[in-house]
Amino acid sequence: MNAIIVSALMGVVMMFGGILFQNKSTLRLLSIAGLLLLITANLMQTYGFYTIPVEVKGLLSFERFGLFFNTICFVATLLYVLLSARDMEQVGNNTADYHALIFFVLTGVSILTSFNSLLMLFLGVEIMTIPLFILTGSDKRNLKSNEAALKYFLMGSFSTGILLMGIALVYGANGNFNLVPVRASYLGGKASFLEIGGMLLIFVAMAFKVSAAPFHFWTPDVYDGAPSVFTSFMATVVKAAGFFAFLRIFLERADVFGPTWKIVLSIVIIATLLIGNITAVFQQSVKRMLAYSSIAQAGFMLFALWSMNDMAKEGLILYAVAYSLATVGIFAVLIKMKDYTFDGFNGLAKAEPLVALAATIFLLSLAGIPLTAGFFAKYFMLASVVKAGGAIWLVVVAVLFAAVSVYYYFRVIQSMYFKEGQPETAPLSGGFKFMLGLMAALVILVGVAPSTVLGWFYF
Amino acid sequence: MPINYYIFLAMALFSIGVIGVLTRRNAIIIFMCIELMLNAVNLLLVAFSKMHHGAAVAADAASQVGVDGQLFVFFIMVVAAAEVSVGLAIIVMMYRNVHSVDINFLNRLKN
Repeated sequence: MNAIIVSALMGVVMMFGGILFQNKSTLRLLSIAGLLLLITANLMQTYGFYTIPVEVKGLLSFERFGLFFNTICFVATLLYVLLSARDMEQVGNNTADYHALIFFVLTGVSILTSFNSLLMLFLGVEIMTIPLFILTGSDKRNLKSNEAALKYFLMGSFSTGILLMGIALVYGANGNFNLVPVRASYLGGKASFLEIGGMLLIFVAMAFKVSAAPFHFWTPDVYDGAPSVFTSFMATVVKAAGFFAFLRIFLERADVFGPTWKIVLSIVIIATLLIGNITAVFQQSVKRMLAYSSIAQAGFMLFALWSMNDMAKEGLILYAVAYSLATVGIFAVLIKMKDYTFDGFNGLAKAEPLVALAATIFLLSLAGIPLTAGFFAKYFMLASVVKAGGAIWLVVVAVLFAAVSVYYYFRVIQSMYFKEGQPETAPLSGGFKFMLGLMAALVILVGVAPSTVLGWFYF
Repeated sequence: MPINYYIFLAMALFSIGVIGVLTRRNAIIIFMCIELMLNAVNLLLVAFSKMHHGAAVAADAASQVGVDGQLFVFFIMVVAAAEVSVGLAIIVMMYRNVHSVDINFLNRLKN
């Protein structure tokens, strides 16, 4: 509850901050202070010190898993703001509003990690995505940004319509919006035809939101067209929260589909891995490659839905950490580049050795090379599938696609280290390099000792 | 009136909306079709709410079952209004730049 209230209030504070303070560095500090406050408030609830007393009437329920996930999202946002706040100021004049919208997205995230009713699921998804439409279109004069915003908006509200239809059908079957289904006695505890149809529509809508194939087609265009600073945020925190919500519904309700569930999900996972990885191989722009690779990473995160055991929960947490750190980092480097193609990175290792080293660590983590966080994230996901029993072939397919992904991530490393060129970068400040180094160190730390993250989950 | 009629009507409206979104090329019309989908859901929710309420009242006259369905409709209306304000702003922004709301112009991102 703390997180929802504090983040919504901070959003309003930031909006007024835009009127009161003209100085951009003041706004940046205000935003960082707000995020620290948000993390503190959330930790206070996690460890039971103080929770703002609100009667939620069973619409929300706060558990350790969700609260911990909140902390991860907020810390990732804090690192993101520390790294890229200056680049946000380059997009347009309304810096305060961008920060405010990010706080509103975080409100949606904290609702999605604690909803206990399909009503709150709907509200959480909407509170999370509507600010993103605005952030996507924030570069008003840029036609690509306009186009991305319109596409994202049309696809987003279309999938919302599907989600709502699903919820309405489930309501027709059960007579309530509870997350844990309460079924009529005359059905003998089984799901009715209406409920199965409704859950299928909810599945489609959530697959849209997390860009799982075959509902992924908006992702590359939107990620490519949006200002890079905001793509970084969309691809990390928002996506992780979408997966959390996806897992939260289907942990309770996957039994609706019976044995068909795993078959359907296997097809979706393989299609997602296939389309994400294979298309990423053929991209010329690093930004677009990262957009496709985010689809491929979504395929790995879907394994949490396949296995649905405790290890899958740990895996999702590790994946959120590893993926957020690495993606925020690599996008922070990308934003500084003038040329987004692979050739634009030529010779970066000579010009900016530290930045190139950090970027290499982030790319290794995304590819899932051992000693980086991405390795354990992928390992936990696949191990959870094995633990859930059967489907070794699915694990083999996933490992093969992980091997494909090494190719396109290493192309960037190859350009940086083994090709000659004069990369054009925006001026890199000492603070930026320090933050980048810190994030690379975190990636290595989590990769060497994943228990540093997972330990917090239990204590 | 039996609930079937409401379900059929809502499904018909919803399908018209979906088909419109998939086939039309004008951003405003696509947007209207999305609103049609949302309103089909509203209608269905109200019908189901009445159905569950009627069944519950037959057993217990003071029952509150089914009220939440109508509450949900208000939330959908509020969110749809928020979406309209953002969506129309985006469409106007695009119109200013390309002087058209035809989504066939949206091909700059395709390589």
